[in-house]
Amino acid sequence: MKSLAELKAIKDRMKDKVVLREGTNGVRVVVGMATCGIAAGARPVLNACVEEVNKNGLTDKVTVTQTGCIGLCQYEPIVEVYEAGKEKVTYVKMTAEKVKTVVEKHLKGGNVVTEFTVAAQK
Amino acid sequence: MKEISLNILDIVENSVKAGASLTEIIIDESESELILTIKDNGVGMSKEIVSAVTNPFYTTRKTRSVGLGIPLLKLAAEQTGGEVSISSKTADEHPEEHGTTVVARFIKSHIDFTPLGDVISTLKTLVQGHPDRDFLYIHNLNSGRVELDTREIREVLEGVPLDCIEVISWIGDNLKEQYGEV
Repeated sequence: MKSLAELKAIKDRMKDKVVLREGTNGVRVVVGMATCGIAAGARPVLNACVEEVNKNGLTDKVTVTQTGCIGLCQYEPIVEVYEAGKEKVTYVKMTAEKVKTVVEKHLKGGNVVTEFTVAAQK
Repeated sequence: MKEISLNILDIVENSVKAGASLTEIIIDESESELILTIKDNGVGMSKEIVSAVTNPFYTTRKTRSVGLGIPLLKLAAEQTGGEVSISSKTADEHPEEHGTTVVARFIKSHIDFTPLGDVISTLKTLVQGHPDRDFLYIHNLNSGRVELDTREIREVLEGVPLDCIEVISWIGDNLKEQYGEV
């Protein structure tokens, strides 16, 4: 049973880490979670972002957040990547599979996955 | 929406935007019916707004003039022969006890009934997106009850944020085990 005792153990492990983490996150990944995004499949995309960032050991560097309607409903699910000093990258028609690629190539490797961006849409 | 759990995610976002510190998501499920209640303690809506929100051309959004959250829930309930009702008390008129309650009734045997779906993902997503808000989730089934209260989790965590991956995973595993048991 995933008991409260187990939750307490998480707390003990995380207590010191959390202080360290605050303010160090340089990259922000934003997922559109309005009606349009949710209907288009944003929930698994968001969960994939959280999981893949963790799997790739990027939690100190990358924060995953949610936002409302980005205004490009026909391109949902949309994932935006904000990095200080760089232009915003807008990934469109995302899937959990595509998120894997973006986390590995862009967030970890530093190379924008151009074919998934809004600029590559016709 | 393919699943009711996606409607839940969408409607609870409204509660969060209304400033609710606590949103209760209660599902009462019997053989024949599923009744979904979403009750928040946000700023509430006036009578005029309550009667306007089921209209898809009403929205609080400034970027465009179509809002589909409540209309899609209404469609999902009504296509099964059920209905949606909304009641609300504004913070201005009821400073002590305010907020909005949305109740949707679904007839499960109807061919157009959409399944509840992955409600665990919905709850993980809500906590991940709004770690500073509280959610109470109760699913009453014939076979038992599944419950999650972020206020209890918050108390145990003593300042560790609810959106860290370990906590989100714990929430998912906890609910999976509860559903396995009931």
